[in-house]
Amino acid sequence: MRGGEAIIESLKNMGVKTIFGYPGGQTIPFYDMLYDADMDHILVRHEQAAAHAADGYARASGRVGVCLATSGPGATNLVTGIGTAYMDSSPIVAITGQVPTHLIGNDAFQEADIIGITMPITKHSYQPKDPDLIPSMIKSSFEIASTGRPGPVLIDVPKEVQEGELTEFRDDLIQTPGYNPTVKGNIKQIKKARDLIKEAKKPMILAGAGVIIANACCELKKLAKTINAPVMTSLLGKGAFDETDDLALGMLGMHGRKVSNDYINESDLLIAIGIRFSDRTTGRLDSFVPDTKVIHIDIDPAEIGKNVDVDLPIVGDAKNVLKSLNKVLDGYNPSDDVNNWTDMIKAKKQELMPRVSYDDVPLKPQTVIKEIAEVLTPESILTTDVGQNQMWAAHFFDTQKPRKFISSGGLGTMGFGFPAAIGAKVACPDDPVVSINGDGGFLMVCQELATVREYDLPVIAVVLENRTLGMVYQWQSLLYNNRHSQTLLGNSPDFVKLAESFGVNAVRITKPGETKEALSSAMKDNEPVLLNVVIDSEEALPMLPPGAGINEMIGEYKLEKDVI
Amino acid sequence: MESNYHVISTLVEDKPGVLQKVAGMFNRRGFNIDSITVGSSEVEGQSRMVISVHADEKGLEQVTKQLNKLVDVIKIKDITKTAVKRELCLVKVSVPNAKARAEIMQYSNIFRAHVLDVTDQTLMIELTGDKKKINAFISLVEGYGIKRIARTGLTAMSRGV
Ligand SMILES: Cc1ncc(C[n+]2csc(CCOP(=O)(O)OP(=O)(O)O)c2C)c(N)n1
Ligand SMILES: [Mg+2]
Repeated sequence: MRGGEAIIESLKNMGVKTIFGYPGGQTIPFYDMLYDADMDHILVRHEQAAAHAADGYARASGRVGVCLATSGPGATNLVTGIGTAYMDSSPIVAITGQVPTHLIGNDAFQEADIIGITMPITKHSYQPKDPDLIPSMIKSSFEIASTGRPGPVLIDVPKEVQEGELTEFRDDLIQTPGYNPTVKGNIKQIKKARDLIKEAKKPMILAGAGVIIANACCELKKLAKTINAPVMTSLLGKGAFDETDDLALGMLGMHGRKVSNDYINESDLLIAIGIRFSDRTTGRLDSFVPDTKVIHIDIDPAEIGKNVDVDLPIVGDAKNVLKSLNKVLDGYNPSDDVNNWTDMIKAKKQELMPRVSYDDVPLKPQTVIKEIAEVLTPESILTTDVGQNQMWAAHFFDTQKPRKFISSGGLGTMGFGFPAAIGAKVACPDDPVVSINGDGGFLMVCQELATVREYDLPVIAVVLENRTLGMVYQWQSLLYNNRHSQTLLGNSPDFVKLAESFGVNAVRITKPGETKEALSSAMKDNEPVLLNVVIDSEEALPMLPPGAGINEMIGEYKLEKDVI
Repeated sequence: MESNYHVISTLVEDKPGVLQKVAGMFNRRGFNIDSITVGSSEVEGQSRMVISVHADEKGLEQVTKQLNKLVDVIKIKDITKTAVKRELCLVKVSVPNAKARAEIMQYSNIFRAHVLDVTDQTLMIELTGDKKKINAFISLVEGYGIKRIARTGLTAMSRGV
């Protein structure tokens, strides 16, 4: 068996059926061996899309996603995707070709120190110098990528190592004495959490992606119901708790739901789970829950106390900790104080429901998202790009299940949504997959229309056409005196023609009702489709301006109850 | 000693790139490393790194936790309070005349330094000690004219069993 075959064999042993990649000089040996192998490969049209697709695959399925690129420019094209996965704790394994070992360091053709380049954005990396090391390194990569706080791992394989014969196939895990994530929460701390919960009169829960990653959503639901506490989420926490539930308040943060942002500081106990308190979630730190006790549960000890001072830290896996917490809360009944508080919040939630009903033309994005929500089933996966489109989707779409809302949070990578949808579709072929994109971000990855066409991947791409780099445009409108420097996109391209040139059907949508209709029929057709939705370029969500506290949103928050 | 000066002793895997990872992490998180020394430890395949760094309490906590997250880092200890700290310094001093030579030799004796190399114009002196001692010696001989200084940076070890 040769090195390249060992890569394929090891991936198969890890349960991998599909990889996303793009070949080149230093991976020709691997691709030659792949030619006969029982392994699906999706040829993306840009390596960045391979990394995002692997990421989308991982987030949708909870399994490790794999992407592949050649050395040099192929490898550097993966960087944005690796960085995106790193910031959002997504388990991917990126395999790159490298120039032959004897040329490393010589500035050989297409040589790049990709391990060095990606060091700050990978959880770990390997470079096998001998084909015998490949099986162990692949297995260890999967182990490290998917355990503890997940993240990307890179394996850089010199060309001659791909070609070299193994003396034997041994895949023992590589010893890593420095790597032992704390899974089990300290029971003393968990009992203290119980005591804080019992003392609290106005508890609230803030759930992040950690809850989803740990598959702890049932446990979270049990906790919320037991203690009758309202639940907010971060952007990436969407789906950790059914947002159609009475107790769900929706997203907190810079573009969060008004009820969450307005009332979080009134709580006397915040139970934060699997969340890293990003500045986009908290607003200015000294006015974030100043008088609230905070319990912070996270698997990464470095997140505890990093941004928000914590009264009670619990390091551990969210599922494990919540299970124990639910156990020690057995028999607990919330007091009248708690019930009154939660009733009050529930009433506020109804009152502060954001307005989604409009019959304006040009279309209001709120209405577009509402119509999408009306068509999608709870199983459907929604991916977003970055910008206003992302915030509209996050704000107005109620996500009911984990792994059904996929978005680039930490890095905020434009061009993520569509390739991530490709990965999600490969991971969950039976679930409808819709990506919501801006007209700017979609153009960064529109070449992937060829990928969905060639592989018949029925991904539905919604492009919200406002002819602006909307999110930046919005900041310029609000904070830079309407000086719209370099944020007007002009009239090119015609997205319908663009899609059609790839053989992908497309529909131009301009009026209320049309999104719903086009989306329903697209879902029936089970074909890749682009919905080109023309929207009002002046529409903007209220926001926290830089330096503002969580309850200091600017911009008018329009309410559904005011619709006449 | 300043309150925000810390000496951290870490045990790391002896692998290519580890020094880069550790140093890179400090840099990325906005901390300036004062010195970093690496050498083999009592365990085969593992090296000990002694890092001295300026950081406040919160910063130190964050840096320690982030260090701990590196897969190649096995153990970390803040040994600022308990450690014996030593640095090796080589210094080449100009010797203008015989009187200066005698004085420098005398200072070297007091500081338990060794003369390693002698020419008609210079003396090369080896000195070990903590930072303070080395700084003191350097300022004493500065007047004669220092031609070169090479310092290893701090290495350290906790006292006791
Ligand atoms: C790769 C990348 N480049 C730049 C940005 C900065 N940025 C954030 S949102 C945004 C505008 C996005 O425009 P568009 O894709 O049209 O979405 P819209 O906001 O209009 O919905 C920009 C330029 C980014 N997040 N990612
Ligand atoms: Mg736009």
